[in-house]
Amino acid sequence: MKKKTIFFRKSTDRLVRFASGLAVAVAVAVMFWIIITVFRYGSSALKPGFFLNPSKPYGIPDGGIANAFLGTIFITFGAAVLATPPALLGGICLSEYKEFRRLNAVLRFAANVMMGMPSVIVGLFVYTSVVVPTGNFSGFAGSIALAIIMFPVIMRTTEDMLGMVPYALRESALALGLTRTRTTIQIVCRSARKGLLTGILLALSRVSGETAPLLFTALFADRWPWNYFTQPTANLPVLITEYSTNSPFAEMHRAGWGAALVVTVLVLAINVATRILFREKKHGN
Amino acid sequence: MLGFFIQLTVSSSEIWQTYGLGFLASRDWDPVNDHYGALPSIVGTLVTTAISLLIALPLAFSAALYLVDARPLVGEILGHAIDLLAAIPSIIYGMWGLFVLAPLMQDYVEPFLVETLKLNTLPVVGKYVGSDYNGFGLLTAGIILSIMILPYICAILRDVFLMTPPMLRESAYGIGCTKWETAKDIILRYGIRGILGAVFIGLGRALGETMAVLFVIGNIMDMPENLLSGATTIASTLANNFPEADGLQRSALFALGLVLLVMSFSIQILAQYYLHATSAKRGEER
Amino acid sequence: MAIKIQTKNLNFFYGEHQALFDNDLTVEEKAITAVIGPSGCGKSTHLRVYNRIFELYREQRAEGEVLLDGKNILDADVDVLELRRRIGMIFQKPTPFPMSVFENVAYPLRLHYKLSRSELGDRVRQALIDASLWDEVKDKLKSSGLALSGGQQQRLCIARAIAVEPEVLLMDEPTSAIDPVATLKIEELMFNLKQHFTIVIVTHNMQQAARISDVTAFFYKGKIIETGATKQIFTNPRNRKTEEYITGRFG
Repeated sequence: MKKKTIFFRKSTDRLVRFASGLAVAVAVAVMFWIIITVFRYGSSALKPGFFLNPSKPYGIPDGGIANAFLGTIFITFGAAVLATPPALLGGICLSEYKEFRRLNAVLRFAANVMMGMPSVIVGLFVYTSVVVPTGNFSGFAGSIALAIIMFPVIMRTTEDMLGMVPYALRESALALGLTRTRTTIQIVCRSARKGLLTGILLALSRVSGETAPLLFTALFADRWPWNYFTQPTANLPVLITEYSTNSPFAEMHRAGWGAALVVTVLVLAINVATRILFREKKHGN
Repeated sequence: MLGFFIQLTVSSSEIWQTYGLGFLASRDWDPVNDHYGALPSIVGTLVTTAISLLIALPLAFSAALYLVDARPLVGEILGHAIDLLAAIPSIIYGMWGLFVLAPLMQDYVEPFLVETLKLNTLPVVGKYVGSDYNGFGLLTAGIILSIMILPYICAILRDVFLMTPPMLRESAYGIGCTKWETAKDIILRYGIRGILGAVFIGLGRALGETMAVLFVIGNIMDMPENLLSGATTIASTLANNFPEADGLQRSALFALGLVLLVMSFSIQILAQYYLHATSAKRGEER
Repeated sequence: MAIKIQTKNLNFFYGEHQALFDNDLTVEEKAITAVIGPSGCGKSTHLRVYNRIFELYREQRAEGEVLLDGKNILDADVDVLELRRRIGMIFQKPTPFPMSVFENVAYPLRLHYKLSRSELGDRVRQALIDASLWDEVKDKLKSSGLALSGGQQQRLCIARAIAVEPEVLLMDEPTSAIDPVATLKIEELMFNLKQHFTIVIVTHNMQQAARISDVTAFFYKGKIIETGATKQIFTNPRNRKTEEYITGRFG
């Protein structure tokens, strides 16, 4: 038989190995590029007043982002409050009550599909079902939209985390005569509480930079977010959008970058914290 | 879930009554004369998604290949770094695209494609490349999207690679395969369902992405003529026009939302189908 | 008989942990050498040095000499792709590739040789005949290799290995996942294969070693305790440990 030259096969292999290293390098480089860009442009906007003053229309000095920052906190925490209880229940049902097969299959499928649902659609949905009936854009409507996005994320991580609890623990609790509900709540959920927190944080980091649904729900306002339930509420993502696309002024762009820096730091901090927490959890067991 | 469908169908009924399914095929978007058609947005969505997959898939495949076989610590750190790409909010991608990537495209990449490589003079495909550029458009949006979906695809592919039984890998090497041959002929085939699942997950992300695209696509409501021309996608049309729209236009926007919902819903189902099949297989192996 | 492989002072490490200690072993050409010993004694590890498959794992490392026809295969200038063509390997479990029966055998052929379509077909057919699988699969060459039974899959893997005309076949407990009837078939097959190939088989089944092999090496805790003609090892072992093992007092 006629041999193939190994040289060609080997060079192809080398080329591919090189390319795959390069691919990683490109991806990581872009990641740093984006973050460095945000820091470079954003840091020039950072002055004490930037964090203390509310945003103001162009031309009025001493504008800040304090109201938007507070609004973002209201909206995301509102979302977490709305989403967490049902999502935890759903996750517990998926992991601990496997005999509800039908319900669980539907739940799991719905969660998976919802996880891939474009957030702009969620915004549209909440607009028609909350904003139109109440007649007002409001921060609360924004919270509802974000809660819908958070729900499947928390539910699935809850399921995974509870699944990691060793089965022997459940059995020994039941053997002690605890009821099933008590076992689930006091033993299983307790021993997985770090994991549950991880899920909630993960969902928070996912939505705290979400913009599209807020355009349809919370909108924006140059005032403090005290009317969270009834009026358009300032928030960082929409502020960034407004300042950088709808404004030709360099000063607004700079403020936009400042806000972008704040959002990035917020999101990455939550994200990295989640990872560290999760690692501890994995090694702790 | 069902609520989404019902709400959007009800809200968009006016446009369906006016145009019927012709709405999907019509290219006009003319608020002044109250004419609306979905085709430019749909085409824009499909083209940007296709570009992003075309770029992201090979990158993610080779990156996953590297990460799986890298030294444990190096692989873990680089893997986390790539995962962080998924954590960056889309609005930040939008800003980066608007202030960094778009100017870069305009000053270097697009002149290079048009004036140095003269891609626009190629027969047949040349006219789809185009010769007028300003940094915004389908190509730029596709590139941004590819960076955004890369971490998702890469993470799934890493799992697929790790799922391949070690003995199967060893027997591939055992008959004298190189690493590349093992990857493309054995692992790729073994994990094909998982890889398809990854493709659909990426596809779903790219379809529905709003903010990053909104910032760089140019938001031109006409049929895009070529890769460099400004265009729009369904999601960015929604975000851009919704606040000012009323009456028939608002109904048209809801209809676009419905189209997007149907698209991403079917893609999610496909993705779940393929990923479910692989996790079932994984269960057997244990 | 001629010597095919000679191992001298082979030491093997998993990171810091040493798994093989100064292994010296002679493998005779066109004969079956059986490697026996309790689990964890390093017999598979020893086998995995011969085609340098251990190099897939970063932390594993071999020191010493493994001479194949007098040339040390652990030298840096040895081409592993060609080495692995010359030395085929069969694993504990059947590992058909996710492709058709025909492609499973044709794949390695295409990798290493330039063949016309008809040559390729002939080669695949011959390999399947030599692996006594042809009669069972000639009507389903296009169906998936994974659709065959376990014993057939393992013979498909043997066909795949012998198609590229190797000189040595390494078998790492090839029948451990297969039922007794299929095992018997593979043992018969090995007997035929011995005329063309040098075979080294790791097995934890002592009857199997006694039935098929010409030479047996007994491993214990990473050391080769005793080597000799199979008959002698099983009837008249020189070492007390060997005797204890083959009489079933531990293992």
